Amino acid sequence: MSDIQYKEITFTVNGKERSVMIDVRSSLLEVLRNKLHLHSVKKGCEVGECGACTVLIDGEPFDSCIYLAVWAEGKDILTVEGLMGADGSISDIQQAFIDEAAVQCGFCTPGLIMTSYSILADGKRYTRDELRQKLAGNMCRCTGYHNIINAVENIMLKRIEEAEVKDS
Amino acid sequence: MSVGKSIKRVDAFDKVTGRAQYTADLCDERALIAKVLPSTIAHGRVKSMDTSEAEKVKGVVKVITCFEVPQVPFPTAGHPWTTDPEHQDIADRLLLNEHVRYYGDEIALVIAEDEISAKQALDKIMVEYEEYPHVLDPLESMKPGAPLIHEEISPNNVLASSSSRVGNYEEAIKEEGLTKVEGWYHLPTVQHAHLEPNVCYAYMEKERVVVVTSTQIPHIVRRVVGQANCLPWGDVRIVKPYIGGGFGNKQDALWEPLCAFASRSVGGRLVMIDTTREETFVNNRVRHSMHAHLTSWLRPDGSLVARKLKLYSDQGAYASHGHSVTAKAMGSVNQIYPCDNFEADSYTVYTNKQVGGAMRAYGMPQATFFTEAHTEDICQKMNLDPLEFRRKNSMPEGYVDDFSKNVNYYDTYNQLMDKAIEMTDYEEKRKLYAQPQTGPVRRGIGMSLFWYNTGVWPISIETSACRMVLNQDGSIQLQLGETEIGQGADTAFSQMAASAVGIPVEDVNIVSTQDTDVTPFGLGAYASRQTYVAGFSINQTGTLLKERILQNAHRYVRMPVELLDLVNGKIVRKSDGKELMSLCDLALNVLYCHEQGNHITAESTYQVKSNAYSFGVSVAEVEIDIPLCKVEILDICNVHDAGNLINPQTAEAQVHGGMSMSIGYGLYEQLLYDEETGRVLNDNLLDYKLSTSMDHPDMKVAFIENTEPTSPFGTRALGEPPACSPAVAIRNAILQATGVPFNTLPITPQRLYEGFAEAGLLESDFETNSRREHYDRTRDELNHKSQETA
Amino acid sequence: MKYDIKKLYEAGSLDEAISLLEEHPEAKIIAGGSDILISVRAGELAGCTLVSIYGLDDLRGVTLETDGTIRIGSLTSFSNIARNEIINKYIPYLGEAAGSVGGPQVRNIGTIGGNTCNGVTSADTASTLLALDAILEVKGKDGYRSIPIKDWYIKSKLVDLKPTEVQTSILIPKESYEGYFGNYYKYSMRHAMDIATCGCSVNVKLSADKKTVEDVRIAYGVAGPVPLRATTAEAAVKGRAVDLDMLELFSEKVKDDINPRTSWRASKEFRTHLMTELARRCLTESIRRSGGIFQ
Ligand SMILES: Cc1cc2nc3c(=O)[nH]c(=O)nc-3n(C[C@H](O)[C@H](O)[C@H](O)COP(=O)(O)OP(=O)(O)OC[C@H]3O[C@@H](n4cnc5c(N)ncnc54)[C@H](O)[C@@H]3O)c2cc1C
Ligand code: FES
Ligand code: FES
Repeated sequence: MSDIQYKEITFTVNGKERSVMIDVRSSLLEVLRNKLHLHSVKKGCEVGECGACTVLIDGEPFDSCIYLAVWAEGKDILTVEGLMGADGSISDIQQAFIDEAAVQCGFCTPGLIMTSYSILADGKRYTRDELRQKLAGNMCRCTGYHNIINAVENIMLKRIEEAEVKDS
Repeated sequence: MSVGKSIKRVDAFDKVTGRAQYTADLCDERALIAKVLPSTIAHGRVKSMDTSEAEKVKGVVKVITCFEVPQVPFPTAGHPWTTDPEHQDIADRLLLNEHVRYYGDEIALVIAEDEISAKQALDKIMVEYEEYPHVLDPLESMKPGAPLIHEEISPNNVLASSSSRVGNYEEAIKEEGLTKVEGWYHLPTVQHAHLEPNVCYAYMEKERVVVVTSTQIPHIVRRVVGQANCLPWGDVRIVKPYIGGGFGNKQDALWEPLCAFASRSVGGRLVMIDTTREETFVNNRVRHSMHAHLTSWLRPDGSLVARKLKLYSDQGAYASHGHSVTAKAMGSVNQIYPCDNFEADSYTVYTNKQVGGAMRAYGMPQATFFTEAHTEDICQKMNLDPLEFRRKNSMPEGYVDDFSKNVNYYDTYNQLMDKAIEMTDYEEKRKLYAQPQTGPVRRGIGMSLFWYNTGVWPISIETSACRMVLNQDGSIQLQLGETEIGQGADTAFSQMAASAVGIPVEDVNIVSTQDTDVTPFGLGAYASRQTYVAGFSINQTGTLLKERILQNAHRYVRMPVELLDLVNGKIVRKSDGKELMSLCDLALNVLYCHEQGNHITAESTYQVKSNAYSFGVSVAEVEIDIPLCKVEILDICNVHDAGNLINPQTAEAQVHGGMSMSIGYGLYEQLLYDEETGRVLNDNLLDYKLSTSMDHPDMKVAFIENTEPTSPFGTRALGEPPACSPAVAIRNAILQATGVPFNTLPITPQRLYEGFAEAGLLESDFETNSRREHYDRTRDELNHKSQETA
Repeated sequence: MKYDIKKLYEAGSLDEAISLLEEHPEAKIIAGGSDILISVRAGELAGCTLVSIYGLDDLRGVTLETDGTIRIGSLTSFSNIARNEIINKYIPYLGEAAGSVGGPQVRNIGTIGGNTCNGVTSADTASTLLALDAILEVKGKDGYRSIPIKDWYIKSKLVDLKPTEVQTSILIPKESYEGYFGNYYKYSMRHAMDIATCGCSVNVKLSADKKTVEDVRIAYGVAGPVPLRATTAEAAVKGRAVDLDMLELFSEKVKDDINPRTSWRASKEFRTHLMTELARRCLTESIRRSGGIFQ
């Protein structure tokens, strides 16, 4: 296997700058899971269909399975591991997934949390249908999406309310 | 009492933080990778295989062909074993098969240092086949002259058949003035599509083989790995971490026997089989496709006089769960609508297709479909009100099933229907939509009932073993062979254990992982048995632990044991509830006592010799755009009677998931085949139409909590039941909206097109006005869409 | 997971990409990879050599040129098209088409260049670009070429792209969109994450009094091996009054142009039925967006 092409990439992962030597044939999923041991990034299909491998790249959700790791050079990557505070606190979205029973087998959960995180980042108000559309790249076989949408909607409304209170 | 409260799932925190470890997360990255070579014919024999080029691929460690595995057939079904050879599961499978029975059948295995090398080697294996004709439909497969799929087991491809006779059908139908209604109903092959594809890894410790795997049934898999590898069962250790869904697919030994064999073939090195989504569709299990023919004879008042069912179930290439699924479906009809004269024959037939196994609700989604579609076909033909029909003919209060001895203790179906009617305005809408609809967009509302069993008694054994270990701080470890597969079992177990022992639920540490070396024997997750069956062993073991705690407490509080109780982690005086000592103090003192140190533990097995009915109803309201051949679900509602709920919030979540699966069964999902080759055409999530978040409306759920008298916690099945009835409620709503009976699932746009074309609905010149109105609606929808994209 | 790629070259500039393609004639271009990587994994392209142009940020973005031409860089992602101001102001129906692709993640990675270079009939943006008479700009070792989209498609999965050529931009001339209103309807089995069973893109230009169809263009995905225009239908209603008869004629006439086939996904008859129905609906909607008045 001497002809394998390697390359060092430098990128920010969950707030920390990392340099890793990678086999250029690797997907970002491979590097995150197997090199950096970020096991929240799940593999459900390897072809961009299920969303279990969703991570944020510069704030936008991508399927890390169909993203070549070499492209991550200089990018800012966020996974569920990166949502935990230094004190072990979790984000309001994660807490909402717990509170709304939006978690069952949990395999889709990290991907869905990352997509939700990006949806709610802009502080805008979306209808339930819009939320459905924005979550449509993440499949879940256990929940029928009902409680997931409840979780995302609740946090959206809560944040909007808090922002309004602050403003006034 | 923590039972009955919506506490948060005990595993939720780990799952939202990515901390929960699934099989692939646990495997050392240095594992060898094993990949199977799938056959490229649906039926035939491997005459020869040349692996020399494959072996030369850099990184390849070993290639194993179908000629090199033990020629000892083994069964794979995740049933409890029986020592009675007559009732054992059929052993018709080898680790790798020289007699190829479906397109994709496993014929060789490459073990390599990495995945790419393994894949490259697979491409280089040269296979010579002797090809036989293949057969993809059970009705074809039963015909004389059809290619034989398992000659050694069946001379006509019928794996098994069974019949049921009640009263006298032939005599009964002679009554004058009866109306006969009959119909064929066709159910598709669908797949579980759990989000985590199957994955397992194996290695050896001393002479024993360890398999870590994504399974629902670790103790059963241990037995099958032993059988397939000709090993004493004690030489096999199975570890089950968190799993990313199973839905019955993982209630089977899937890759574990082969993975164990692979590791054993390379000196016990660590070998992983990490399957693809495509393999999950092709090489695992599916829900049985079925053809059902139902005939009913009725009096003008809608009372049922006689019924006949012929049921043909597509087993696919190997026996797996086999006829159990078909027999369950057959048995359903005469319980939901008991009829004095009933005749049924059912056949489970081998074909050259994906293997039928267990899938959520085990035959009942099929049975519920044909029974309840037929109900509305009867009502349409005889101009009866389906609600009245159901009130009149459905299983009455006090009904007892002869075989299971299950009892309908309450007026359950009427209670359920009343609740569902209230939640959906069923009656008003039914009336409204019964008025002539002429436009291109029409609406309808439909209903369906179902029932389900809890566990497998009396067909098979039902036992559960439980262990509780008291810690120094008064908390306990709880261990069971029953598994968490996403349904929330660990949470329910913790709640029941807390209630049984008398401690706060936070003081129960459930050991989620099953390890057959450590975990007490249990059968695992299937038949919606776990909460009911483990309820007994948890209750018994909890009572035992509590007794031991109180006996020890007696030494410290100097009161007779009979006057003591353990409540919320405190030793109290029964008479007035006075707190005498905390369990924490007691546990610490007892464990480290100089005179009489003692570790308080309890372990016991309970054999359950009862079963329990679980019931429910679905109502669906739909809107059909006839020219577009599209169905939109406007409202969908499930009401269940699963007895007392252990955790209402997780129960409701469970119902959402089942409804979602059934919506897919009704409208979207099916495995499609290339007739010519037998190959699955849509073995991926783009072409297999698993619902996305945009394909569902919000779902309504309610419960009627009639206590189940046989259960210590008053509970009965809930895991699978939600998947039974929504599909046919949707079908019945489409029938009301359009007058067209769709008797083949899923009701795809293509089928709607064919149905509407045949009914002449597509030629109809919809009144210009309604067409206009309709375009306005479409416009609104499009506007809405474009806003979203903007 | 690793892809079976023999060699990967990452181009740092457009010209470097062209010379890499010249040096490695067997190499394939990879943009977002949402087609290519799937084929590599499936084995069709296993062991291939790739030239990645994903890093060429110059080929990203939408600009309005001084002559009113809308220039869309070939690497612009579907998401960026769907939320782009210029697109939403002048050709929102292209935004609709881009917004109908897959799901949010796929829309973030997939590029409009890839959607036209793959030569696929179901490509969601292709029919709208065809209905807009877009011009595709490519650059190769011999410099730039501009190709009208009607000449771009050669056959299924084959487009007029010479060795060493990279598609750089998609241009929508002003006369193609000014005064036109349109919409795209994607018909699929699911509401998201699906390939079109049939895609229909219509745009229309009405007379000043909004009572006459001055021009109309309709293009389909999956009506043939490559995206196609229903020119007979277009010709039949040009100059006609905005009324229901015109609508019926239009939808009837598309049958002369379309040629869908039966596959396991849908039958020819069903697709034909849908295409006539969508012609009617998309034209109605385009007229409505134009402020048109049915007589
Ligand atoms: C899960 C999933 C869902 C999808 N859903 C849809 C959908 O709904 N609708 C749809 O239309 N498509 C869909 N696609 C297909 C795909 O996303 C699109 O075709 C996309 O436009 C491809 O763009 P890309 O940049 O990723 O292409 P690549 O894979 O990088 O390239 C595609 C082809 O175009 C060539 N190419 C790309 N860019 C250039 C260029 N600038 N110059 C010359 N050649 C070039 C490549 O060599 C290759 O042959 C889906 C794909 C996936 C994985
Ligand atoms: S694993 Fe990446 S989308 Fe499924
Ligand atoms: S919780 Fe199991 S797939 Fe979503």
